[in-house]
Amino acid sequence: MDTINYKLSHLDILEAESIYVIREVASQFESPVLLFSGGKDSIVLLHLCRKAFHPARLPFPLLHVDTGHNFDETIEFRDRLVKQIGANLIVAYVQDTINSGRVAEETGANASRNALQTTTLLDAIEKNGFDGAMGGARRDEEKARAKERFFSHRDEFGQWDPKNQRPELWSLFNGRKNFGEHFRIFPISNWTEMDIWQYIQRESLELPSIYFSHSRSCVKRNGVWLGVTDFLNINDDEVVEEKTVRFRTVGDATCTGAFESTASTLDEIIDEVSTLRLTERGGRADDKRSEASMEDRKKAGYF
Amino acid sequence: MWLSGKKQKHMDLLRFATAGSVDDGKSTLIGRLMFDTKTIFEDQLEAIEESSRKRGEDYVNLALLTDGLRAEREQGITIDVAYRYFATPNRKFILADSPGHIQYTRNMVTGASNSQLAIILVDVRHGVVEQTRRHSFIVGLLGIKHVVVCINKMDLVDYSQEKFEEVKKDYLSFISKVNIPEIHFVPVSALLGDNIVEKSEKMPWYKGSSLLYTLENVQVVSDYDFVDSRFPVQYVVKPQIKGYQDYRGYAGRVAGGVFKPGDDVVVLPSGFSSKISSIDTFSGPVEEAFPPMSVTMRLENEIDISRGDMIVKENNQPKVEQDIDLMICWLNEKPLQPNGKYTLRHTTKEARCVVKEVLYKVDINTLHRVEDNKEIRLNDIGRIRIRTTQPLFFDTYQRNKGTGSLILVDEATNTTVGAGMIL
Repeated sequence: MDTINYKLSHLDILEAESIYVIREVASQFESPVLLFSGGKDSIVLLHLCRKAFHPARLPFPLLHVDTGHNFDETIEFRDRLVKQIGANLIVAYVQDTINSGRVAEETGANASRNALQTTTLLDAIEKNGFDGAMGGARRDEEKARAKERFFSHRDEFGQWDPKNQRPELWSLFNGRKNFGEHFRIFPISNWTEMDIWQYIQRESLELPSIYFSHSRSCVKRNGVWLGVTDFLNINDDEVVEEKTVRFRTVGDATCTGAFESTASTLDEIIDEVSTLRLTERGGRADDKRSEASMEDRKKAGYF
Repeated sequence: MWLSGKKQKHMDLLRFATAGSVDDGKSTLIGRLMFDTKTIFEDQLEAIEESSRKRGEDYVNLALLTDGLRAEREQGITIDVAYRYFATPNRKFILADSPGHIQYTRNMVTGASNSQLAIILVDVRHGVVEQTRRHSFIVGLLGIKHVVVCINKMDLVDYSQEKFEEVKKDYLSFISKVNIPEIHFVPVSALLGDNIVEKSEKMPWYKGSSLLYTLENVQVVSDYDFVDSRFPVQYVVKPQIKGYQDYRGYAGRVAGGVFKPGDDVVVLPSGFSSKISSIDTFSGPVEEAFPPMSVTMRLENEIDISRGDMIVKENNQPKVEQDIDLMICWLNEKPLQPNGKYTLRHTTKEARCVVKEVLYKVDINTLHRVEDNKEIRLNDIGRIRIRTTQPLFFDTYQRNKGTGSLILVDEATNTTVGAGMIL
């Protein structure tokens, strides 16, 4: 038989694989949830979830762990998109976790709420009884992520044990667990940053404007441009400059680096990404704290 | 802002795995492949340069790039599978970087289960060793049809053609007992980059291509079976929303064959016949669906269908049985329990089974059947017979990896303990 006609492009194959994983989550878990931050990866993941259950609505809610240190553009975008697709959004606030005394705010110039998110996330998972939390993490982001399975088992403390991961063979995902345990599931594990951009373009997906080049007040810290927001403590020796920048990754505003770019369309971004010589997370101050900082945070229950 | 534009590069995708004994230079090879395809970013390179310096090493240790876990860096060995991504203009690669160490053979099986091609690394000074045989056997067992044998550390034998030919001959005589249709041999030095991306001038006697060129151009026979139509139902879509109250779709990923609207189908296990009325996707109905597409099928008749059922063609049906023979690769410290009961996952179906009999174990070195010691322990491979609580709809693994594979799950710990290939 001539199989030439039965070839799919890499984006079609990745899409089909992700949809399969998403449907496994909806089938194998009692109470799944989709972690949604309003960033490009979670926008792609949300789009794939809509594809998986079309024409039905999503059979699970969205959960945003809100550090309170957001870019306004992201929150505005999040609320508009959620309304547009009729999804159910739950927001868990890090501020509430701080107020309850469960975590203490970091102090000092590099204070960030990024690590505090873990407690808020685990609390939200427990409180809502979620047993499967999907997220838009990709294996190409970071070397500890490269080790993770699609279905990642977490014990009753939400911890990841990299030495005791379940073998994951073919497309047979094992989501069995004991009461109180949960799974993290990464349906876009096999996508790269470039795949994400190509797919956003192919599917004409809308993105928060901060991914495109714009003018912004920034300060340079540890070699990374940080956008000036109310949450950023600026040291006396730091100079605020107006820069033409965009963001490659969007997280907590205190540790997400902007970089200088004039790319203002998807075509320009794709061209730019293909020539970039720094990793996407190279601009994430939280990863630079130690060689194993991502691994250590993941062991503690970080996404 | 809504953006228009349909520009998309049409690339194909190759999934491959690496295997090889400890210290054969696997991490270095991968590091080199990524370095030379410009997949390594400056900040990653700086980080490993810094680490190499701290560790008092003379050269930039490219292996540090791939050993992502603290324990791996401490021990200098790869423990778990890691996935790496790189691309050339026409092909995107997903590399399952599998550990070579004998105690992690199960991870090599994990990494290779989804691969279309395997790279087997051999140290030219040591030639074919036990792990080479073990990995090659597993590669054959998993139905991987393309193998590239990288004979490494050629720089340490003065790029000797004679040494290369010797190892090649040994490998070919061993592999004749394993079913792998296509084997390439490439003499390389991963450390110095010879024949990895560019052809090396130090081995003018080698007439073949560099490793990367081979990976880019190998014509991979599709792993999919486009003949036997199989659609395991994964999820039933029943929207409770206006305009779609009567919609009932069967969502899943095509595991074999080609389905079209109008096709006569049978639903297993009920045996009810129907016709496909439409094949739906988010972007609209499609004219045909084939592996590995994820679609939603609608049928003309209202029949009771749920997850774990399978839609097949009337004139081409899978086997439907409860007594099944399979090759099993054992993945857990706790040995296989004869007469033990396990939960089983096969396509979208979950069932239970009992192990009726261990027929034999395979001696990986000789590939002989061991019939006097049938205890299947961690990393062992053997043939077993199981009886399932309900019939499975399956094909042999040789014919269809999707409908011919299953996993066994320990009911006490919930962990995946066995990888099975149906015979």
